[in-house]
Amino acid sequence: MSRVRVLVGTKKGAFILTADGKRESWEVSGPFFAGWEIYHMKGSAVNPDRIYASQTSGWFGQIIQRSDDGGKTWTTPGGGVQKSPEGMPMGESNKFVYDTSAESGAPLTTHQWYDGTQHPWEFKRVWHLEPSLTDAEAVYAGVEDAALFQSKDGGHSWQELPGLRGHGTGPQWQPGAGGMCLHTIVLDPKDPERIYIAISAAGAFRTDDGGKTWKPINKGLRSPFIPDQDAEVGHCVHHIAMSPRRPGVLFMQKHWDVMRSDDAGDSWREVSGNLPTDFGFAIDVHAHEPETIYVAPITSDSLHYPMDGKLQVWRSRTGGHEWEAMTDGLPQKDCYVNVLRDAMAVDALDDCGVYFGTTGGQVYVSPDGGDHWKPIVRDLPAVLSVEVQTIS
Amino acid sequence: MILVELPHHLRTLAQVGGAVTLEVDEPVTLRRVLDALETQYPVLRGTIRDHGTQQRRAFLRFFACEQDWSHEPVDAPLPEAVATGKEPLLVIGAIAGGS
Repeated sequence: MSRVRVLVGTKKGAFILTADGKRESWEVSGPFFAGWEIYHMKGSAVNPDRIYASQTSGWFGQIIQRSDDGGKTWTTPGGGVQKSPEGMPMGESNKFVYDTSAESGAPLTTHQWYDGTQHPWEFKRVWHLEPSLTDAEAVYAGVEDAALFQSKDGGHSWQELPGLRGHGTGPQWQPGAGGMCLHTIVLDPKDPERIYIAISAAGAFRTDDGGKTWKPINKGLRSPFIPDQDAEVGHCVHHIAMSPRRPGVLFMQKHWDVMRSDDAGDSWREVSGNLPTDFGFAIDVHAHEPETIYVAPITSDSLHYPMDGKLQVWRSRTGGHEWEAMTDGLPQKDCYVNVLRDAMAVDALDDCGVYFGTTGGQVYVSPDGGDHWKPIVRDLPAVLSVEVQTIS
Repeated sequence: MILVELPHHLRTLAQVGGAVTLEVDEPVTLRRVLDALETQYPVLRGTIRDHGTQQRRAFLRFFACEQDWSHEPVDAPLPEAVATGKEPLLVIGAIAGGS
């Protein structure tokens, strides 16, 4: 029987929640990396026991952790206790340095600061880790200040793909409330050269040559917080989701507005429809129904909690426009948590499970595609990210 | 033999229980102590000094012999008591740091 492994990153450590395919009885392990912020964990599709984790701290910076046994034990690739200075490169797994070399890099320009002035690029943390779909040793990292890095050696060392940061629009990028972060990486399962990424607040970008060159894909987005509302870049894209069954059809939760693209991001149209508010962070697509999508509406950019204290997931079975509230099992009064951008996921079981975590420390599961919900855990630290592995 | 006391999270990361002992050539300076620390515990690279700039991370402080060494030149000799292992070099997380 298949089972699921839910990888939960929180403000104070990582947790792993496991259950069989019924998803009724859960085991909770953790905290791993107690006391550290775990921005994201994700397992390899090639080797599900290979899990990468981003461990970060305001004091100590960035650490990359890796497990090769499904999360039971963890190592810092290349960074373990080593008594001798000889041998393999040491401590490189924590090293994220922008590529400014004349041979392969891009000049480290400035980006726009909160007040519209220019500000130097500074590495702060890894927001998102996206393992390759074909190689367990390869993994991408989206970082703050926004850039895309790649490791081809299981996280031992990292190299920037400088074509993104250096393609020309960087000086127009600006930080969102969470910083100027590259938070979304979507890999095309049919075209290994095609990658989508999103940055707050710059927008969405696509490469069709494995990361060498990039172009903004923001046509159709409108954002009132930038002088030119239809600008090529500057949009605060919160998250992008794509069904692996239908690459090229993208769904986006923008700062405000839920958007859809049917042409790999070349153009977008709004599908917010009857949502009570189209502000939010998380969005995902049903594992088997490419037109079924989920969002967690949040009141507004000023009020980062559900409307009227009622925690709701909204589902559209028509690819947008027409939405229905999924509330059974979710608190419908006095609930003032947030659902962050990487904190929603789906499993791949026949009856698709939907999961999300909250800043109040709850992780909810719906084993029936959103109809009914129940908490797996209620009292974790604030949840930053949720990913699900479906294991045969 | 130099003694270095690390904050909780760095001890956990380096898998050490108490103070770290290091062999450091004279003159014993902050740069040499940190170089030796990072050589012996590679996982600490980037956690005390920025990988790119080698500057002290903003929310860390260095104390020795009841003095704040955070803003002293990294090539200045540390106090004799630290150089001889009688007193530890303290790496401290600023009370304002983290989240």
